[in-house]
Amino acid sequence: MIYLQLLWVFFRIGLFGFGGGYAMISMIRMEVVDNYQWMSAAEFADLLAISQMTPGPISINAATFVGFTEAGFLGSVVATFSLCLPSVMLMALVLALFFKHKESEYVKRPMAYMMPVVAGLIIAGGILMCDRETFTSWLSFVIFGGTVAAQLAWKANPILLIVISGVLGWAYNLF
Amino acid sequence: MLTLKLFWSFFKIGAFTFGGGYAMIAMVKDALVDHNKWMDEDEFWESITLAQALPGVFAINMALYTGNKIKGMTGSFAAMMGASLPSLIIIMVIASFFRDMNEYETVRNVFSGIRPCVAALIIVPGIKMLKKANVNAKTFWIPLSACLLICLFGISPIYLIMAAIVAGIISTRWFSARRK
Repeated sequence: MIYLQLLWVFFRIGLFGFGGGYAMISMIRMEVVDNYQWMSAAEFADLLAISQMTPGPISINAATFVGFTEAGFLGSVVATFSLCLPSVMLMALVLALFFKHKESEYVKRPMAYMMPVVAGLIIAGGILMCDRETFTSWLSFVIFGGTVAAQLAWKANPILLIVISGVLGWAYNLF
Repeated sequence: MLTLKLFWSFFKIGAFTFGGGYAMIAMVKDALVDHNKWMDEDEFWESITLAQALPGVFAINMALYTGNKIKGMTGSFAAMMGASLPSLIIIMVIASFFRDMNEYETVRNVFSGIRPCVAALIIVPGIKMLKKANVNAKTFWIPLSACLLICLFGISPIYLIMAAIVAGIISTRWFSARRK
């Protein structure tokens, strides 16, 4: 049963996952935390931090992680390949059709309509993470603001930011 | 042999790219175009465009398309397996330890610092996407209402994306009808 649920959740995310890894992360969060309640918001945030810090695509890492915590080895295999399956199917279709039609208005305009929605969806995923488990002290607000500024102003490396935040979190609780 | 080489190239890419799909473009180009000369530069950028336009994982789309170009169906499969296996292995190992690790106070403290950082790391690409999508004062209601519908009413983003696609198709019909 759980395998079927994993298949259904990640297949749909793979199919509608326009706009890159962060859009898919927001979708995964909504299914896993809000809809199926497989894990708490805090657990999901930890999972994301690990997915970001380890090599490989963040959405694949997150899918593997969710699958593993829910249903072990087989669960992670099912989750990961369900996420990739729509790509396989669409690629076959597109290899036959896309290059003939990529300049078509029927491809371009729906894409243009989708982009602002995807932007809203990514931001929503971030906002939903901002709960009381994320903001535990004044330090949390400093880290949040600092990360946004560092990313927007200097395109700082996300892994470096995660490491610094971890050290700050550790040091704060020492005193 | 070629199949194995293709698998191995993508395995290395999956194992050593940190920071998401776009960081791996340079590595894929190095492996496919510069090192192995499996395709020329134009073909490579064409594959990037396509991989971005399709839904799903960018790295997997890249692997599927270039793998197919180099060695058909077998190539596609080998490249996809190569790109996803490192994640599977690494995350499985970490996930099997993480529950016990979380018992330690130090680990919990470290993650209390990391959580707000991750929330910010998610929001920033969304803000950048607003720019890339050419959102202006007239179209700002679209991302705003998408965001509100998701946050306040828990509406699945999948329906919103479907709605955007349908609206795009309808308006294309409408505009092309008016032009005639």
